[in-house]
Order: sequence, then C-alpha cells, then structure tokens
Amino acid sequence: MSWIHDQRLIQGLYIVAFALFIYGLMGLTGPRTAVRGNLIAAVGMAIAVGATLLTPGLGNWWLILLGVAIGTAVGIPAARTVRMTAMPQMVALFNGVGGGAIALIAWVEFRTSEGFAHEPAYVSVASLFAALIGSVSFWGSNIAFGKLQEVLPGRPIGVGRLQQPLNLVVLLVALACGVAIVAGQRSEVLVVGLLVAAAVLGVLMVLPIGGADMPVVISLLNAATGLSAAAMGLALDNTALITAGMIVGASGSILTNLMAKAMNRSIAAIVAGGFGGNGSSSTLAVAGDRATRQVDAADAAIQLAFANQVIIVPGYGMAVAQAQHAVRDLGSQLEARGVTVYYAIHPVAGRMPGHMNVLLAEADVPYEQLKEMDDVNGEFSHTDVTLVIGANDVTNPAARTDPGSPIYGMPILNVDDSRSIIVLKRSMNRGFAGVDNELYFDPKTSMLFGDAKASVSEIAKELKEQ
Amino acid sequence: MLMDNLAVLVLAGFVGFAVISKVPNTLHTPLMSGTNAIHGIVVLGGFIVLGAGADGVLNKILLVVAIAFGTINVVGGFLVTDRMLGMFKAKAPRSPEGSR
Repeated sequence: MSWIHDQRLIQGLYIVAFALFIYGLMGLTGPRTAVRGNLIAAVGMAIAVGATLLTPGLGNWWLILLGVAIGTAVGIPAARTVRMTAMPQMVALFNGVGGGAIALIAWVEFRTSEGFAHEPAYVSVASLFAALIGSVSFWGSNIAFGKLQEVLPGRPIGVGRLQQPLNLVVLLVALACGVAIVAGQRSEVLVVGLLVAAAVLGVLMVLPIGGADMPVVISLLNAATGLSAAAMGLALDNTALITAGMIVGASGSILTNLMAKAMNRSIAAIVAGGFGGNGSSSTLAVAGDRATRQVDAADAAIQLAFANQVIIVPGYGMAVAQAQHAVRDLGSQLEARGVTVYYAIHPVAGRMPGHMNVLLAEADVPYEQLKEMDDVNGEFSHTDVTLVIGANDVTNPAARTDPGSPIYGMPILNVDDSRSIIVLKRSMNRGFAGVDNELYFDPKTSMLFGDAKASVSEIAKELKEQ
Repeated sequence: MLMDNLAVLVLAGFVGFAVISKVPNTLHTPLMSGTNAIHGIVVLGGFIVLGAGADGVLNKILLVVAIAFGTINVVGGFLVTDRMLGMFKAKAPRSPEGSR
C-alpha cells in the first residue's frame, strides 16, 4: 500500500482539485450552471482534503478529526439556519474564521520551528505575511459582522484626523515584529506582538468605515484571506493552498473593484477612513425643520391602480421585512390591471451586489422585470409612480447635487425623475451611510411609514377593493 | 522549489482574474461566498502542521481551533452558497412554462 502515500499521488490529486476549483468557478459565472459550479468546487475541496490525509506519517489523527468534527458541528447549522437577510454578515464571519485559522497555523509554525531557526528566509517571510493578513482579516471580518448584525453601530466610529497616523503606527509595530523575527530574533513575544498589532489594525481599519461601504470591505477581506492562504502555501510548500488561495485573491480583488466602482468610490478612499464625517453635518442641520408628506395605504393603492407604469425600487428594508413575496403579489396584481411593472435594482441595494436579485428570484419575480440601474434610469421620467420599498441611500439625489454629501458622486437610481414617488419606510431614520435623503422632502414624494411587508400587504389588500 | 511555487502562484492569479472577470451582477453575492469557501482550504495547512507531529498542549489546542475554524469556513461557505443558488435552481425549469 506504499503507493497510496506516494507524494506524486497527492500532488496529482491536488492538480485535480484545483482544476475542479477553476471549473467550478467558471460554472458560478452563469445562473444556470452556478449550482453545479458550487458543487464541483466542493468536490474539489473534498479531493484536496482527502489527498492531504494521505500524507505519509501523518499523526495526531484524533485531534485532526476532533477539529473537523467541531468545525462541521458549528458550520452546518450556522449555514442552514441563517436568514437570507443575514447572508452578508455570515459570509463575513466565515471569511473571518478562515483568516483566523491561517494566523493560528502561522503562530504554531513559529513555535514548532523554534522561531524559523532552521528554515530559509522565504518561509519565515511568507508565514509572517500570512499571520499578519490572517489576523487583520479575522478581526476586521468580526467587526464587519458586528456592524451588519447591528451588534455594533453601523455609523463610522473613529478618531478623526488621527486615524490614519494611528493605523500606520500599528502597522509599523506589526511589521517591526516581523522584521525582527526574519532578522533572527527568536522571542515568541515578537510573533504574539505581530498578531496582536495586526488584530488592532483590523479593528481600527473597519470601525471607521460606514455601513454602506461594508460589502466592499468584506470583499476586500475575502481577497486578503485568499492571499494569505497562498502565502501559507508557499511556506508549507503546498500547491493546493497556493493555487486556491491565489485564485480567491485574484477573484476577490476584481469583485471588490467592481463593487467600489458601482459606488463611484476608490478602494483606497474606503480603506482610508470610510465616509468622512465632515460633509454629513451640513445635511443633518437642515433635516429637522422640514416636513414630509404622508400617505396611507388606500391612497397609495389608488395612485398605483391608475398608473400606466410603476417602478418598484427594493432595498434593505424589503430584505429585513422579508417582504419579497408580498412585493411580488402586489406586482402581479398591478400587472393584471394592465400596469407595466419594473423592478429597479441598484448594484449595491441591500447589503451586497445581487442581494435584491436573490430575494426577488426567491419570490419568483420574472427575470425580464428586473432592470439594472443603467437600463432603468431612462424609464423614470415616463413612470407615473415609483414605489421605493426600504431603499434609501441609492435613491438620494444628494449624490448628484450636493458636493458636500458623503455619498456625492455615487451613481443612484433617478427616482426623483418620476411623476410621483411613494416611499415605504419604517421611520425617518437615516440610511446605512448615515445621511438624510433629500428625496423625502421632494414635494412629489409621499411617505408611508411602517414595516415594509405590512405596508405592501395593506396596499395589495386595498388594491383588490378598488 | 520556491521558484516553481512562485510560478504557480503567478499563473493561478491570472487564472483567477480571467475566470472571474465575466460574472453577471446577479451572481456577485454567491460568487463572493463561493470563493470564500475555497480559501477555507487553509484547513489543509492545519492537517499538515498538526499531522507532522506538533506537540505541546498549547500547539495542539491552537491547531485544533485552526482546523475547526478552517472547517467552518469550508463547510459553511459551500452550504451557504448552495442555499443562495437554490433560488436559481428552482427558477430555471419553471421559466420556459411561465413564458407561454
């Protein structure tokens, strides 16, 4: 049975595994093949795990099984029971534990190799890089989770102007520890210092970032974890880690870039401190003394019933209220009355790109009715009623008109072009970016306060009686 | 060995770049979740270091935690992605009928 522990067999299986990863990811690029793609990637992972367990002379079997058992016992229920609205923070959490795993492995490597005493320099450099990024990713992801789960306040928390010098100092401390280790210092205080400094850096980097930027941050941390997995692969001379980690690093970078672009922001600006606090103060001041118009469900139903074209703009509020089925019912009722209905999907509506598409697809809204921002923006000017359901920042005209606004320059849905606007909202609370929405004070806009699902069902009920 | 690995690293980066650059908006969330599951491959690092005979209680505890973390990343990541994509699965066979 010696062949089964042959290093070439393991290497061969790794090649099969990363081929499956790439094939699986190709599948994930189309709606029809995506489910299979994910499955194929999972099979690749199973093969890579199996191959690694064939490594000659592998010991500590019970402990390995114990770790896997704990991970499975935690991971499966978490993934099974998470609500659709909570998916983004779940991804953040899964990403974080991956980073945490890397940091811990690097730490143990340091301990078992007596501070990399007998290793070539590149092993220590790669391990320490992996440790640093892994620790940043773990703590940063946990803060992102806390913000999205609303355990922590979503608004930016920071120390203002001192933020960037402070971050830089903490980064330099981490790097100094790393350099000292590579230079031959063997003290464990250094590696712990590196991990702690990286942890502080992760927290400091994510805390000042406003909730609206959080998807970009999660994506960025996802890419970072991939890169640190690749670095760990270099240190351990493991092809599977190098290829899989690097593919994730590359894909995550692209996704991050796409998401940042959709918000007309640079990744550097987001990381450098999120939405600045200066601009928002000017818009805050005017909010208090202006009135909004309110409407009740019956009025809203009448307006909708006599419209020729209605555009529904879903946002996070729809996701929170799980209102997608009610929204679909309302949409179908309007269609049955001969009203043209579209759904306008902003690229970053909700908490992640595609968040709204996923929810509306769940409610069986036909694909043809889902319009992306660039396709739908011309439609608003000949739309009678736009129904905004729990979307806020992505409809704020300040992004076009007020250079002082923190969201200035972000492409938005031109909801204010339509003849009238009905906004369903829980309260006058601000959106995730923490700024007031000019749209609500537009004379064409009327507000219907309440839970999105209750309001939509109410409108649908009134509509039946028309 | 280092140079071979670096070559693999660079090529894998370009592969990742080429494969991913063509994803429609709709699939960004599942894609992020899917790639997230793939970097859970670090669990292999835990197997290798622990299996190579790491001793000492602290080392063992740290590695068991690392393997548990990595497993959560892999298992949870793929399952969550599958749940998100389940909506597309149900959609595909039904849409031709619906368009009649």
